[in-house]
Amino acid sequence: MTLFYLFAAVAVIASLLVIAQRNPVYSVLLLIASFGALSGLYVLLEAPFLAVIQIIVYAGAIMVLFLFVVMLLNAPHEETEHDEKIHPLRRPGPMRFGAALAIVLVVQLLWALTRIGEPAAFEAAAVSSVRTLGHVLFTDYAFPFEVTSVLILVAMVGAVVLAKRDSRSGGTSAPPM
Amino acid sequence: MPTLNDYLILSAILFAIGTAGVFVRRNLITILLSIEIMLNAVNLSFVAFGRSLGSADGQVIVFFVITVAAAEAAVGLAIVIGLFRHRESLNPDSFTSLKW
Repeated sequence: MTLFYLFAAVAVIASLLVIAQRNPVYSVLLLIASFGALSGLYVLLEAPFLAVIQIIVYAGAIMVLFLFVVMLLNAPHEETEHDEKIHPLRRPGPMRFGAALAIVLVVQLLWALTRIGEPAAFEAAAVSSVRTLGHVLFTDYAFPFEVTSVLILVAMVGAVVLAKRDSRSGGTSAPPM
Repeated sequence: MPTLNDYLILSAILFAIGTAGVFVRRNLITILLSIEIMLNAVNLSFVAFGRSLGSADGQVIVFFVITVAAAEAAVGLAIVIGLFRHRESLNPDSFTSLKW
């Protein structure tokens, strides 16, 4: 239980700091900390393979991609001078709407969760072996698995096409942006 | 032992943080990061439900979510790079060409 609260606190605080930071580099690094805490929660849920995947794929690959783009663009600071001068209640509509939406979302979800009463601790046996997971993945979920490979291929081609610098100036092969 | 409710409440809080981030921040990269927070909140509930039901399906779905998140990050960041080349800005308010 103590470990759960520790990981939960790290995840929530790091996530809050992610959206409170001005500098995207710190945001990405804090999100990696948050993912590490979530990985610990997966271990507590007896899903060790997912915990490893979370660290390797999410923290190791996806977040490094984000960090790479942040450093490539070299535009670390948000233009907030304008927003800082405005009274919080006079901020643009989406900001107020988003803050209100987040509060409403938390209240609704917590209310719904308190209605179902307190369940007992986990009774069912945990499925934690990679063997079982692989078996399910390649039998019941074989078709979604193959579709996922097509999705990754499309994403790869799309990323290359979108990020490609137009070699011929004024050429017509540029993507319509 | 933490119960299913504890994990679901944590997941709800993380999802709300991600939602707030999408609306409050004025930086395209931070908005993409907030989307990743939301995806991870949902992943946590999938794993918690799978653990509660003693089923492997929850963990398998999380694999697919991670894969889709990787594809989304690759395409989204490519679009961000393209937008930055055109406007030299990451503020979503500066991309209003499609606004009528």
